[in-house]
Amino acid sequence: MSREFLTCHLPYASSFSMGLMDPTLEPPDDVIAHADKGVTRRYNVYRNNVTVSLIDALAAIYPAVQRITGVEFFRAMARFHVRAAPPTSVLLLEYGRDFPDFIESYAYARDMPWLADVARIERAWLDAYHAADAAVLAVEALSAVDQALLTNLQFAPHPATRVLRSIYPVVTIFTMNKTDEPVSPIDLNKAEDALITRPDADVIVSRLPAGGAAFLLSLMQGATLGAAATAAFAEAPSFDLASNLGGMISAGVFSTIRHGG
Amino acid sequence: MVMDAPIEPESIRAQGHPWPSAAAGQQLAGVSFKHAHLQDILANAPVEGFFEVHAENYMGMGGPPHRMLTAIRQDYPLSLHGVCMSIGGTDELDSGHLARFRDLVRRYEPMLVSEHLAWSSHGGTFFNDLLPLPYNHDTLARVCSHIAQVQDAIGRPLLLENPATYVTFASSTMSELDFIKMMVQRTGCGLLLDINNVYVCATNHGFSASAYLADFPLEQMGEIHLAGHGAQVDDEGDALLIDGHDRAVADVVWDLYDSVIARGGPRPTLVEWDSDLPGWPILRDQASRARQIMAAHRVSPLRAHHVA
Repeated sequence: MSREFLTCHLPYASSFSMGLMDPTLEPPDDVIAHADKGVTRRYNVYRNNVTVSLIDALAAIYPAVQRITGVEFFRAMARFHVRAAPPTSVLLLEYGRDFPDFIESYAYARDMPWLADVARIERAWLDAYHAADAAVLAVEALSAVDQALLTNLQFAPHPATRVLRSIYPVVTIFTMNKTDEPVSPIDLNKAEDALITRPDADVIVSRLPAGGAAFLLSLMQGATLGAAATAAFAEAPSFDLASNLGGMISAGVFSTIRHGG
Repeated sequence: MVMDAPIEPESIRAQGHPWPSAAAGQQLAGVSFKHAHLQDILANAPVEGFFEVHAENYMGMGGPPHRMLTAIRQDYPLSLHGVCMSIGGTDELDSGHLARFRDLVRRYEPMLVSEHLAWSSHGGTFFNDLLPLPYNHDTLARVCSHIAQVQDAIGRPLLLENPATYVTFASSTMSELDFIKMMVQRTGCGLLLDINNVYVCATNHGFSASAYLADFPLEQMGEIHLAGHGAQVDDEGDALLIDGHDRAVADVVWDLYDSVIARGGPRPTLVEWDSDLPGWPILRDQASRARQIMAAHRVSPLRAHHVA
């Protein structure tokens, strides 16, 4: 089938959209300008609007990644991704979920193996920002529970709560690049688990202590407090149950508790 | 325009500013609401103002965006401006998106609800731009059916905005204005007249902005948009204006606005500024200029007698 046939018989939105992400295509035949003017630069305005606005959208979702790579590197990387994976939802707050995986496979980013995990924190940050509103569990809620029944408690996470495990010091790198403050050298061989919560008005990112991620992920999957603590001790013998639970409650991790079977 | 009573009394609503009276509402001048300006707005309230937001930015489940919009809605009338409904597209409307749009209208009870005569999604891809359509009987039928679907969902008339375009189509068989007039006649929708878009199109397509505005059905106009534009050149090296929303409104657009208000009377007027955001005082002053132009044309009966 020749291209001419295609553009003549497709609805205008099909022929118009085909070239938006593919600069090698000519503008569609149906597209004209007054006084027999050319349409190359005119059609390019739309091409530019689409690609630049989507790169801007990724830059808005991943500001720390952009600060680490520099604007030029980021925009080149984002351009590849936008062309390969344009949004399927009209909500840009949903866009870029597969960008961290793309970063992981991006050849020019290979010497920054931790960069994809920084992106995963930023994507989780945005999800936490837009998550449903719910009251966070008050510290007093736990003190009202009979000590004998504590191990059977189940904890429902707040809708904003996210956990991200990394083999890199990803919370330190993220925090250092969240603002324009100067950065300092860090030990890249240190693993860190990130906790993303929204206890009140703002999203916060904190570093979970040893065993904390295993503990919280178990709870989030519905395990009782006792079972989650066992999972945490198995991973990290130094796990401190009281300080982890207290820290998590004050960080707004949970929304409700109930007595499990 | 006439506002229908809000529907669905059982739904959750933001408690807030009542709609201004019909006459007072017509005199309002507002600006796009940007989160960076929230503290300035709450501390330094404009008089007779309103705010407009892009509906899609408030389609998350909760969190700070809804908190900020609720704070604004408590003190000001709101205009809900959709940018992604793709009313001018060839695909069916996205029913999930339409439901979210309806829910926002119910929750925030905006004074104005608008969308674009354009498309932004096709074949499952969202292009994040307002793309142009040919003006002919096929596209008119589809646009009207899409508008009817939206109006049925929200239970009130929708204002449709004239687009800023850079190309036209060989398959167009009627002018943009004829298309718009028939669209209004068939659907009962209102119009959002974007005067910057008219000026941008007039320059880009070689027609007179004044002639377009002289023929525009001003009685259907429920809101006016003003914005700044940039300039590039086309293949022949002639000016190609870009609807950038990234700077102050051009003087030539203010002059066109003055002539529209003189003929059509005051309408809620919004200054759009979406990128390269200025400080709050600059944006507030843009709205003040619109308010002053409307006030200058508000002639008392006594003064009218004098002038006559």
